Amino acid sequence: MQDHSLIPAAIEWPTADATRVPFEVFTDPELYAREQQVLFRGPTWNFVALDIEIPDPGDYKTSFVGDTPVLVTRDQDGTVHCMVNRCAHRGSALKFDGSGNTQDLTCVYHNWRYDLAGNLQSVAFQHGVRQVGGMPPDFDLARHNLRRARVEVFHGLVFATFSDETPPLREYLGERMASHIARVLNRPIRILGTYSQTLHSNWKLYMENVKDSYHASLLHTFFSTFKLNRLSMQGGVLVDGGGAHHLSWSRRGTDTAAGTEYEKAGELRAQLDDFTLADPTLIKSWLEYDDGITHSIQSIFPCFVLQQIQNSLAVRLLVPRSVDESELFWIVFGYADDTPEQYDMRLRQSNLIGPAGLVSMEDGIIGNFIQRSVHREQGRSAILEMGGKEVEDQQSRVSEAGVRGFWQAYRARMDI
Amino acid sequence: MNQALVNPELVNRVERLQADYVDCIDDERYADWPGFFLEECLYTIISRDNARRGLPFGFLWCENRRMLRDRIASMKNANIYEPHTYRHVLGRTSVRPAEAGGWRARTSYMLARVMHDGGMDLFSTGAYEDWIVEDEGTLRFREKRVVTDSGRIDALIVIPF
Ligand code: FES
Ligand SMILES: [Fe+2]
Repeated sequence: MQDHSLIPAAIEWPTADATRVPFEVFTDPELYAREQQVLFRGPTWNFVALDIEIPDPGDYKTSFVGDTPVLVTRDQDGTVHCMVNRCAHRGSALKFDGSGNTQDLTCVYHNWRYDLAGNLQSVAFQHGVRQVGGMPPDFDLARHNLRRARVEVFHGLVFATFSDETPPLREYLGERMASHIARVLNRPIRILGTYSQTLHSNWKLYMENVKDSYHASLLHTFFSTFKLNRLSMQGGVLVDGGGAHHLSWSRRGTDTAAGTEYEKAGELRAQLDDFTLADPTLIKSWLEYDDGITHSIQSIFPCFVLQQIQNSLAVRLLVPRSVDESELFWIVFGYADDTPEQYDMRLRQSNLIGPAGLVSMEDGIIGNFIQRSVHREQGRSAILEMGGKEVEDQQSRVSEAGVRGFWQAYRARMDI
Repeated sequence: MNQALVNPELVNRVERLQADYVDCIDDERYADWPGFFLEECLYTIISRDNARRGLPFGFLWCENRRMLRDRIASMKNANIYEPHTYRHVLGRTSVRPAEAGGWRARTSYMLARVMHDGGMDLFSTGAYEDWIVEDEGTLRFREKRVVTDSGRIDALIVIPF
């Protein structure tokens, strides 16, 4: 249900299509509050954890749905649950240490105790001391459970939703997005490292960036300089879910720069022929999948990213913090059956990604470059016409179709 | 830590090495930075949490001096970021002999990041966990593991520390 007490300041969209985005959407605090209600608490599936982060009964980890803190738990039967990390009594956080293993969820404040599915089990001194004091006789434990989300696990990805109207996860993802997830998460994985990154920008600026295949070889010159990923490589963009989800893919070693703007010296900042790696083992890779695709970035609306950059595999969860700040969580992984050589290559390629990633570090600041420049730009809009005006699959990554898709889905869901 | 096994003069040299190392970075002499390492070396930045959980992958991983040079070359020629400099403050170094030769040294650091527009933040704190060896009369890092106390980085890391 939409809460109409949260009406955002009037934001004018100059076009009915997704080719214009008014800059106020990145700076309006009321719109931010409404997003939390309508999108993140609404009919979306939100990635909250990898199931291997909570492998055993009693395991839990803290996570987020939008900016709502949640707990992800595994009960004694092995079932995964997700609930708001807030005691039903007076609202204290139940877990505040990130992750661990526990018999039950006991609040530190007054010791109300919940099972791992979030059902209230007991209230300390419910019947007082020697029958003096205590809760009123009509107090019903069963009516004070934790606020639970629905959970579905797909190929080891745990998704949660607070809405009863969200369609089943497979349907939400659609056939193509589901099969790409299955392609990457095709066998047991092993977590190799985790970290996070503060982004001084509205969450939507990062999701735009993820879906923007146009910028890759232009902003990130490390890649293009070493011919690892250029827009002239074979590749494309798929958009699904009314634009909500996207997949950008390419195959390395399929291109020639002849006849493209890469040829014209000085035209693109990315062209630096005299720059060679002193140690090329940094980028040594092997073909991981039979389809020959070497790079794929997939986003599932609203805030989940699955990444394959050569052999560097990771999931990313973007958590909105406020209208102008977000935190990006990375989980870097390989497969449980990696050979030592594959492990070493992944380790070296880990230099390409994350906040210190030779390829990806610019994504940590580009959102802020926008955020700081648009905060007084009432009535002005971003332009999204690269690759046309439609939201549709593209044969080329020189396209903003994925970004248009995001805005089309966003507007439809936000009803603005 | 058994400091008694290491003579004070050596401890002094190690602390001098640490001081010179951070001064090189804080003074923006980045081209000289790889020279503090052996040709075959390890330089990595990893969070304390990952280190404790035995997760091997951190923020960056360089396994020889050429990769260190590539980091600097990329920083100068390829990467986009706002100009900034660092200021390190180091704690005392504890030194003990390393089983495989040389010494193990552990030094706390605090690192401020100063942006070109004057903005200033405490960017990272942590410890250098180093393996130092004598290399033709000079102490160099065979290994430098920068273990950050926090697993969260503000925006990006481009300058090594
Ligand atoms: S707030 Fe949790 S028991 Fe009182
Ligand atoms: Fe990017």
